Amino acid sequence: MRGKVVIAGIGHTAYGAHEGRSTVSMHAEAIRNALADAGVEKDSVDGLFVKFPTSRFEFMYGQKVAEAIGVQPRIGGVWDQGGAANIAMISFAAMAIEAGQCEIAVVTFADNPKTGSRAALAKPMSPDEVFGWFGAVGGYAMLARRHMEQWGTTADQLGAVAINARANAVANPRAQLRKPLTLDAYRDSRPIVAPLRRDDCCLVSDGGAAVVLMSAARARTLAVNAPIPILGFGQGQTSWNVEQRPDLTSTCAASAARTAFAMAGLEPADIDVAQLYDCFTIVPIVTLEDYGFCPPGRGGAFVADGGVGLDRPLPINTSGGLMSETGMPGMQLVIEGVRQMRGTAAVQVPGARTCVVSNQGGIMHTHSTLVLGEAQ
Amino acid sequence: MNIDLPAVPLPERDALSAPYWAALDAGRHVYQRCTACAHAWLPARGECPRCLSAHSRWETASGAARLISWVVYHTAFHPAFKERLPYTVAVVELREGPRLITNIIDSDPETLRIDQPLRLVIERESGVAVPRYAVAVPLVSAAVGDVRAVKAFR
Ligand SMILES: [Zn+2]
Repeated sequence: MRGKVVIAGIGHTAYGAHEGRSTVSMHAEAIRNALADAGVEKDSVDGLFVKFPTSRFEFMYGQKVAEAIGVQPRIGGVWDQGGAANIAMISFAAMAIEAGQCEIAVVTFADNPKTGSRAALAKPMSPDEVFGWFGAVGGYAMLARRHMEQWGTTADQLGAVAINARANAVANPRAQLRKPLTLDAYRDSRPIVAPLRRDDCCLVSDGGAAVVLMSAARARTLAVNAPIPILGFGQGQTSWNVEQRPDLTSTCAASAARTAFAMAGLEPADIDVAQLYDCFTIVPIVTLEDYGFCPPGRGGAFVADGGVGLDRPLPINTSGGLMSETGMPGMQLVIEGVRQMRGTAAVQVPGARTCVVSNQGGIMHTHSTLVLGEAQ
Repeated sequence: MNIDLPAVPLPERDALSAPYWAALDAGRHVYQRCTACAHAWLPARGECPRCLSAHSRWETASGAARLISWVVYHTAFHPAFKERLPYTVAVVELREGPRLITNIIDSDPETLRIDQPLRLVIERESGVAVPRYAVAVPLVSAAVGDVRAVKAFR
């Protein structure tokens, strides 16, 4: 089904702080903007796939969003994968469209951890709280330490991930952090859970974002402007807690990418630009390795030695990613991928015709991959 | 003991994990081994994750382990840990196979290495016995009288 379903519209709220605003309200704004971008009437939406807020699980949350936007979809609900759920639900929506289960699907996310509750970010990795094992940053630090010890990855290489993201965000008016980050400033950044520093951690942000999917044929009928074909998708679930994994330096992102690239009929070398989930600096490094853009253990060198700049073999995180554009868990990366394929990104990679987007959740427990092609 | 300090959150026990905590209380660190396929694991489960058999027994670990990875907390995510910063949390693999989250105690984190041999030290936290680990061999610094390293080896 390569290219049979397209992303016809993208929309989001402003990125940053939305004091006192409900997540459902941010969903409604993001969906309104995405439908307007696609040129689609709300009443034609018959699939609604919702990523529930990380900061608070709520039973039947997907149905609340449907009520708020006044639709009764044929298919929809929420999917529990953390950050991987955005692309996972885009995949399910695409399959649902192909299988005749719906015709026009919205995939949407919103959360308000910046002005609301941050409790989810500091929660114990139970039942080991007696050992002080708290917070996602501790989990990612555990993976980073093993990578550094096993492969020789350095702090400066982690820093290069943050510096690249910031350099792109400087030129992106939507980005929350636009002051350039130097290596010295990175090195001076205070340790949170060593080996990770403050500048190894992504933003904590409020906001909503949504995309509209339909068949490529339907997009032609509706004369949608610049529909972006979905060339491939895949998932891989590492699933086990960090301490239970036989290997701490690679993940099932590898199988997600294999599935997505096979569906797209592409190899890593065919990819022009990548948006890699960067909640912590170690993640794009591992993802580059798992995806086959570089050999195992070489992700840090790949980034630090300039493989990811705009004029390099693989520009990554061209909007600034979770590190510097906004801390939303993943949908903004899909939106940036669509903008790159439309040729309308703030930091546009000239002539880019293929884009891979990664989403992941938990402590690299879940992973999903999306391959996009140029506008039809 | 300063009673003004907030208490460290203690592990929850249930019927499955009760033998684990009871053994620690008696000075033994135990893990489960499947009686059908011999797979060994932690934490407590009702079924073997390899063959799904519901039959397992508790075995006592030797106390020998190796270091898989570790982190050093410089931020307290719970008020009880503020006074303990910086502290080390690690993934440790028992000689018998199971892995767990624990603390590395009495060791300079700068000297730690992956695969480093460790030994079990059962400590009490608000009266509850918990498994922690220290480096198993004296560090070079121990020979010149590093108090913490000597204490770890003792
Ligand atoms: Zn078994």
